[in-house]
Amino acid sequence: MGESNELNARSAHELLPLILKGEITALVVCEAVLSAIDAQDAEVNAYITVDKEGALAQADSVDKRLANGEDVGPLAGIPVALKDLICTQGLLTTCGSNILPDFVPPYDATVTQRLRHAGAVIPGKLNMDEFAMGSSNENSARGPVRNPHATDRVAGGSSGGSAAAVAANETVLALGSDTGGSIRQPASFCGVVGLKPTYGRVSRYGLVAYASSLDQIGPLGRNVTDTALLYDVIAGHDKSDATSADLAFEPTLPSINKGVEDFVVGVPTEYFAEGLDAEVRARVEQGIAALEAAGATTREVSLPVAGHPDYVIASYYVVATGEASSNLSRFDGVKYGLRVEGEDLGDTYCCTRSAGFGDEVKRRIMLGTYALSAGYYDAYYLKAQRVRTLIKQDFERVFEDCDVLAAPVAPTPAFRIGEKVDDPLQMYLSDIYTVAVNLAGIPGISVPCGASSEGLPIGLQLLAPPFEESRLFRAARVVESEGGSTT
Amino acid sequence: MAVTVHDVRKVAQLARLKFDGAEERRLVDDLNQILTYVAALDELPTDDVEPTAHVLPLSNVFREDAPHGALSQEAALSNAPRSGHGHFRVPKVIE
Repeated sequence: MGESNELNARSAHELLPLILKGEITALVVCEAVLSAIDAQDAEVNAYITVDKEGALAQADSVDKRLANGEDVGPLAGIPVALKDLICTQGLLTTCGSNILPDFVPPYDATVTQRLRHAGAVIPGKLNMDEFAMGSSNENSARGPVRNPHATDRVAGGSSGGSAAAVAANETVLALGSDTGGSIRQPASFCGVVGLKPTYGRVSRYGLVAYASSLDQIGPLGRNVTDTALLYDVIAGHDKSDATSADLAFEPTLPSINKGVEDFVVGVPTEYFAEGLDAEVRARVEQGIAALEAAGATTREVSLPVAGHPDYVIASYYVVATGEASSNLSRFDGVKYGLRVEGEDLGDTYCCTRSAGFGDEVKRRIMLGTYALSAGYYDAYYLKAQRVRTLIKQDFERVFEDCDVLAAPVAPTPAFRIGEKVDDPLQMYLSDIYTVAVNLAGIPGISVPCGASSEGLPIGLQLLAPPFEESRLFRAARVVESEGGSTT
Repeated sequence: MAVTVHDVRKVAQLARLKFDGAEERRLVDDLNQILTYVAALDELPTDDVEPTAHVLPLSNVFREDAPHGALSQEAALSNAPRSGHGHFRVPKVIE
């Protein structure tokens, strides 16, 4: 989709110097993105809200400030669309839910503020699984996102709108959020680059919470350079988020082309076991071969707990749903969103929540409430937190000898819309290679490494120790330049 | 520890959710399927393992006890389904 010579299809790092030199305006770039949305989004369904007027005004302001000789910032005039759970002052934020049909945030999330200060233009808010709970975007109250590479297929989830909008050139860059794979898996399905940063690296202030100890906001782009550019704008300490890491941040962009000659790449055997699609395996192995060809040393490693599908999925769903059941108690029909009046205040809470939440959200609230309830806390929640420690230790041990790990992102390419909606457990299993990363808090990136025989994109996942995102970009650049990119 | 309809009703009440009979039966099945799967964790000996609630070594993040800007009352109430006289309005709680 989209002509490659059109401005909306160009990369951010190509557009930036043209905008800064005045060869093109931010306004025409913004118009190109808006016309791609007009032309395609009825089918792709990547956007929940398109802010035409706001985006054009922001672009115009960038052009005017540039004409005055002002320093506009590292994303001057670049369109960056936001997953619809990131607060944007004055712009509708729905979380893909019927319980928030009309919530207009009175403040900006920290990442939104940073984008505005960097000169970015925000074309709108992107479709997602309701409250980020899902792996296919079929749990959105606004309907599923369609994969731009094959519109009968899912775009992945929960940041499906973010990945599809980038892939379909309906934006240049996007932000998503990743709680158990929600940036990396849709990036893989849609053939784009997506980074889940280290927990605490990017502020969660103004991100509507799903599972607070796992959630991270991260960038998606059509290439590694663009993704690093956006990451450098959003990363860093923020006093408004008490879980933000108070560590110095060094921009990653200057080092992305340093190569991998000095890298030891660990290949976890458990991630290549039964259940991995043969074509996915072949493309991922090609990507790893590209790293070897570029001078990296590869080594088989073992992650007995963090690589065990049942242990990671089970502990993830107990921890995530427990935190969700608490976080989502705020939606009670009093402060914002839907209210369905009942017989009294308690009944109003029940009526509002039962009418407003979708089935998967209710299922997860129920599971989390059960796992935290008296008599079950030790057996489920505490047990899952202990297993979480084992998962974290698995990664710490292998990173003593490896710089990065290489693995698949998902066991298959994008599946068909409707294929897994009736079986929650099957749907949860599409996250087997991604959830351990969130439980351990480490960073991970999905980078395209080829396509299936049906032309469906396949992503390679790279993992690094905490705060070593620059290693991910360096390795991902090598995979990308060896011909992995499908867009 | 199989989940029953009784459990589902009790948990629904804790979670402030309501379900009809068909939804309750579906939840009994779903929760049992998921919890049976979760029981795989029992294979791992963890008695000597500390739980991880949070991955960063952070505790008690303090800030200066100094007043700073906050949302205005009007902005804070701007999304309320019902408000009046500077308050959120809810159904009568005390008879």
